[in-house]
Amino acid sequence: MSEKELGKKWDRCLADSAIKLGTGLGLGIVFSVLFFKRHTWPISFGSGVGLGMAYANCQNDLRSHYLQKIAASE
Amino acid sequence: MLRACLRGANATARNNFGKTRLTNLQHCRHYTAGETSGGGAAKVVAAGLVTVGGGIGGTILYAKWDNKFRAAVENNVPYSDWLLGLALGPPSPKSGLPIKKQKELAQPPSMMDKQTNVSKAKSEKKVKEAAESPASEMSPVPIQPAQSIEEASAEATHIISAISEVTSVPAPCDTEGAAVKEEYKDCHEHQDTSVTAAVHPDTESPTATEPLKERPVEEVAAILAQQDQEEQDIATSVSASLEESLTSSAKATLQAIGAQEAALQAITRHTLKLKEAMEAEVPPQEKSAQWKDLEAALADRTGAVNDAETALSKANEALDSLKSVIDKSKGLKVSAVRPLVLAAEENLHNMVVDLDKVVTKVHSAESEAKIVSQYSELVNEAKQQFQREVSSLTPEIQANWKGLTGKLSSDDLNALIAHAHRRIDQLNRELAEQRVREQIHIDAALEQQKLEDQKALEKAVSTALQHIKEEARLEQERKLSELREVMEAEMRTQLRRQAAAHTDHVRDVLKVQEQELRVDAEQVLSSKMLEQETRYRQLSQEQLDNFTLDMNTAYARLKGMEEAIDSHVVAEEEARKAHQLWLSVEALNYTLKTANADIPTVPLEGAAQAVRDSCHDSDFALALSSALPEESLHRGVYSEASLRARFNSLRSLARRVALIDESHNSLYQYFLSYLQAALLFEEKQEAPPAQLCSEDLDPFKLLSYASYCLEHGDLELAAKLVNQLRGEARRVVEDWLTEARLTLETRQVVSLLSAYANAVGLGTTQAP
Repeated sequence: MSEKELGKKWDRCLADSAIKLGTGLGLGIVFSVLFFKRHTWPISFGSGVGLGMAYANCQNDLRSHYLQKIAASE
Repeated sequence: MLRACLRGANATARNNFGKTRLTNLQHCRHYTAGETSGGGAAKVVAAGLVTVGGGIGGTILYAKWDNKFRAAVENNVPYSDWLLGLALGPPSPKSGLPIKKQKELAQPPSMMDKQTNVSKAKSEKKVKEAAESPASEMSPVPIQPAQSIEEASAEATHIISAISEVTSVPAPCDTEGAAVKEEYKDCHEHQDTSVTAAVHPDTESPTATEPLKERPVEEVAAILAQQDQEEQDIATSVSASLEESLTSSAKATLQAIGAQEAALQAITRHTLKLKEAMEAEVPPQEKSAQWKDLEAALADRTGAVNDAETALSKANEALDSLKSVIDKSKGLKVSAVRPLVLAAEENLHNMVVDLDKVVTKVHSAESEAKIVSQYSELVNEAKQQFQREVSSLTPEIQANWKGLTGKLSSDDLNALIAHAHRRIDQLNRELAEQRVREQIHIDAALEQQKLEDQKALEKAVSTALQHIKEEARLEQERKLSELREVMEAEMRTQLRRQAAAHTDHVRDVLKVQEQELRVDAEQVLSSKMLEQETRYRQLSQEQLDNFTLDMNTAYARLKGMEEAIDSHVVAEEEARKAHQLWLSVEALNYTLKTANADIPTVPLEGAAQAVRDSCHDSDFALALSSALPEESLHRGVYSEASLRARFNSLRSLARRVALIDESHNSLYQYFLSYLQAALLFEEKQEAPPAQLCSEDLDPFKLLSYASYCLEHGDLELAAKLVNQLRGEARRVVEDWLTEARLTLETRQVVSLLSAYANAVGLGTTQAP
């Protein structure tokens, strides 16, 4: 069903963003603790990276249909 | 970061706006502070107004001068035609077309003028002819005096009409007569003989000459006979009178001539006798007899002369009467009489000539006799003288001295001799005298003779002249009569020729008429025959046709019955087949209803096969049954209710992704789209308009239209409307759309098939 696709995409997106955010946060905490003397900036950096990646992935996933179409038309 | 950006943007915007407000205020302060800047504006406004006014005025003026420019302006500038109309009045159509029209108008009037000129010329000619005709009308009037010509023409027409033996030939006769008259007229008066001029008098002349009208043959013949009779009577009477007078005058003349001759003879005898008596030496006894004879002769002569004179007078009278008769008969002017008259004149002339001759003879004889008588008188005188002398000498001796020789004495004798000698001397002297006077006397006598001769000559010349004149006149008259005869003969021949020509022409015309009539009669006859024949044929044909028709109808009915029976059989077969088809289609229809919510129908394969089996011979049904989509055959279709339910769930999803399409598909757009869906409220169901405009292609509106349609059972329209979605929303509803299409297709095919089956079934049902 085509109407379920979007839902699936969102599911993936959310899952992916949760993972990425968590991973980024974790890594940021790790790095902040390990290498950057417990500054907050690696944490925000890491979570930002994670969030950004999740955003990009989500966007890409949502756009994927249109991208393919463009490639096919070429 | 975004917030920071936003903040920054707001700050800048605020700053900008503030600055502009400030500058605006400053500007306003500037405006409110300076008076000169206001005057500058007024100047600008005034200059602008002047320019605009000048432009409009210039345009109007140029449009007034040049109409093409005006038309261009009116075409291009919207309300300029109203303005120009107000300023200049309605545009005048001064273009090239009216020139052509004028040319065209000029041409027909010229042609009409030509025609009128031609007609005028014709009318002028007619007027001229009409003017001529009054002039020629006058000319028939002078004809009236020339009755002889008219009579001659009338005679000619009568002769022609009598000779030709045609019942009535009015026009040619009249026109011929009129033409003859016309010729006479033209010879005398008109030099330009036009046909019309001839025609007009031809029409005029019958009115002018009343007597010359149609007369039938009998009347003409009667009149002709009467005329002939009259002429003959006149001729006979004239001839009788002429003969009478001729005979009488001839008699008288002969008598006169005889009398004259007798008188002549008597005179000559008398003269002879006188001469004899004078000269002859005759014994005295016979002398007295001689003298007696002489006297008798003298008496004879006088009597004869008297007779001659009376006879002459009588003859003259008779001749005069003859002359008068001749003149009278000449005055009658009847042609038959002329030769008689001429002969009578000749006779008269001859008689007159003879008479004159005889009279001259008599006159000459008389003159001779007069000479002789004079001589005798002289002699007698001399004798008388001598006798007187002798008697004076010898008174005793009486007259007849010759017988008295014995009685005389010697004295007497001597006296007598002496007297005789004296007488002889005297006579000698007289003779000498006479001889001397001889010449004079001869001259006198010659003169006298000359005079008498001259007189006689004159008389003779005059009589000869008269005679010759008379002869010449008679000759002329004879010649005239001859000529007239010749002319008459020629005229007769010409008239005969004309008559012959006329008869020929009439014969030809009659022949032609006969031909025409014969042709007509034959035509009529043939047409009638044809008619009859055709009618007969028609009747027989009709009979045949009727018989064949009856036969044909009987045969046709038989055939019809057979065919009806056959067709009944066929129809029943057809009906059975149709029933079968209908049943199978109904089965197919029923299978469509087996769909439950969310479960498609059973596969339609079986029912479709059944339909295919029951419609072997119908291409249409076969095509339709093969047009069923594969999915429906193998999987089945969803019902409308399920589709409706599904749509309701789809709707919200589609609303949520309304802004997403190929270009707008970032997450931010997704967020905005979701926001829009949350904030925008539309009608749950809205009736779609008959025609979609660009505003209706908004997805929300489309979805509400589609909901409305679905709620009202119109899946097709809903599918159409949903088909208008674009972008992500379209992708989302794609599956639903295909399902809806499938359902619609199947339903369409099935409805067609059922309609077809119904139609076939209805078609096969027999009408009662």
